[in-house]
Amino acid sequence: MTPPADSAAAATPGAMDRRDAAWYADRIAQALIFVGGVSAIVFIAGIFVFVTREGLDFALGPLGLREFFTSIAWRPTSNTPTYGALALIAGTASVTGFAMLLSVPLSLGAALFIAEFARGKTRETLKILVEMLAAIPSVVWGFVGMSIMNPLIIRVFDVPVGLTVLNAGLILGLMAAPIMTTIAEDALKAVPDTYREAAEALGATRWEVVVKVVIPASRNGLLAAVLLGVGRGFGETMAVLMASGHAINLPTSPFDSVRALTATIAAELGDAPVGSDHYGSLFTLGILLFVVTFLINLAADVVVRGIGRK
Amino acid sequence: MDSGPPAGLREGGSSPQAAGGGRGDFAVETRALNLWYGDFQALYDVDLEVRRGIITSLIGPSGCGKTTLLRTCNRIIERLGYVRTTGSVYVHGHDIFGDDIELVQVRKRIGMVFQRPNPLPISIRDNVLFGFKLHEARLRSVSGAEEDEVLESALRQVLLWDAAKDRLDRPATGLSLEEQQKLCIARLLPVKPEVLLMDEPCSALDPAGTEAVEEMIWGLRGDYTILIVTHNMAQARRASDECAFMLLGRIVEHGRTEELFLAPRRSETSDYIEGRYG
Repeated sequence: MTPPADSAAAATPGAMDRRDAAWYADRIAQALIFVGGVSAIVFIAGIFVFVTREGLDFALGPLGLREFFTSIAWRPTSNTPTYGALALIAGTASVTGFAMLLSVPLSLGAALFIAEFARGKTRETLKILVEMLAAIPSVVWGFVGMSIMNPLIIRVFDVPVGLTVLNAGLILGLMAAPIMTTIAEDALKAVPDTYREAAEALGATRWEVVVKVVIPASRNGLLAAVLLGVGRGFGETMAVLMASGHAINLPTSPFDSVRALTATIAAELGDAPVGSDHYGSLFTLGILLFVVTFLINLAADVVVRGIGRK
Repeated sequence: MDSGPPAGLREGGSSPQAAGGGRGDFAVETRALNLWYGDFQALYDVDLEVRRGIITSLIGPSGCGKTTLLRTCNRIIERLGYVRTTGSVYVHGHDIFGDDIELVQVRKRIGMVFQRPNPLPISIRDNVLFGFKLHEARLRSVSGAEEDEVLESALRQVLLWDAAKDRLDRPATGLSLEEQQKLCIARLLPVKPEVLLMDEPCSALDPAGTEAVEEMIWGLRGDYTILIVTHNMAQARRASDECAFMLLGRIVEHGRTEELFLAPRRSETSDYIEGRYG
């Protein structure tokens, strides 16, 4: 059997191609895009391997995991060092939790307003402002926490210290709000306009359309927005370090100072000799952070994919 | 023969609510209706009288303004935001652009079916009851038994009950296109609208679906006044009592469907129905 001439030519790769400049440009672009795509995976895997290698030996060896999760005594530089991370976990959780209390309603409200109610110039202006908010460096937020919020909290609530869960939570809430707003707005915009039109034609007011149609239809995306906001808050370091007071403490009120996992790593890693127990313990905190943020992002991803399946 | 429909089509009777707009046997009347999209004028002095209880079809080439006219009748056109109108639209004698008119009430009395079936992403039951709950819940509390009754009656009217009764709580988006379009009609019925506006309701359906939906629409005739836009002349011919032909934003001719097709009075009409343009 002799195959027809044209399929024989097509079967030999490149036989039909002229190797001119465009051909090479195409090949190079393909290679670059491939490298770009693969590098994201390589970097993630690399970070995971590195953090795990530095921390895992210590975490599974000298460090008692029970002590790690149940003791509040984080004294890595003491003569008899203890590595209780409970206070740090509580610090991160309380600040993040407080931040979400503020930013979830704020962001979802802002997203609803921008996507469903604002029109024309108002909408465009708001979108740009929200995006600008997302671009403010975290150290600037930390600065706001230290030099504006701190005295303000001391004066308004008549407390001795203003660098507290309240302060860090407010700052973190404002920091997480733009990303949550943007993602939530995308989720709302993904709701087909035919749904709104159908509901309006049935006599629903704009508010009824939003509550009974748009929010139910986009709830997966909205939930994903919240989860990504939580992830953002959880991993934030500099602003929390500056605004939380950085004191090891199990918080009992919003006016207690706390210390966050991330802030601990940032503050102590420079002083910890490479390979020491202290160094290993900080990387253990890193593994914990990595696992938790990974799970949060994974959850957000699964939730978003849920939309496609329905 | 060309002096208006025969007595048999005047069965709507007189309306107790008739006021301002004119005689009572018209469900929808537009008076000198002009409409602009921004600077573009899409409707010119449209005077259309839609007789009660029958099916009136709107035909004409693409872009002639028939969908625009239809969407003006329940003011859904205003969603676009850059639309301006002059003139009036009377529905059962009330000017829907009047100051004392609530948009929600207009939409309650005038149901609309869209070109592509657009069920909401909720269950079949919730789709059918969506408008009912919206409007009735404002006034009173509704019992579950009453909801079930309303649901069954609406689905029966659109001949969907047998196909849907075992999956009422499943998402409406799982239905076939034909069933979805029937559902979209069914959800209008529980609020007892007087007028149904339909914008090419069969254009997304296959021939069998088109036939089934057309038949079902024909069955609603008498209980509702139906104004239907169609691209399909055969459909207008077999499934409407009266027909209005539009061209370039104006109503060119309006009369009984058979007359309009057999003996058009205007040359533009005969050109169109003979397929010389459109």
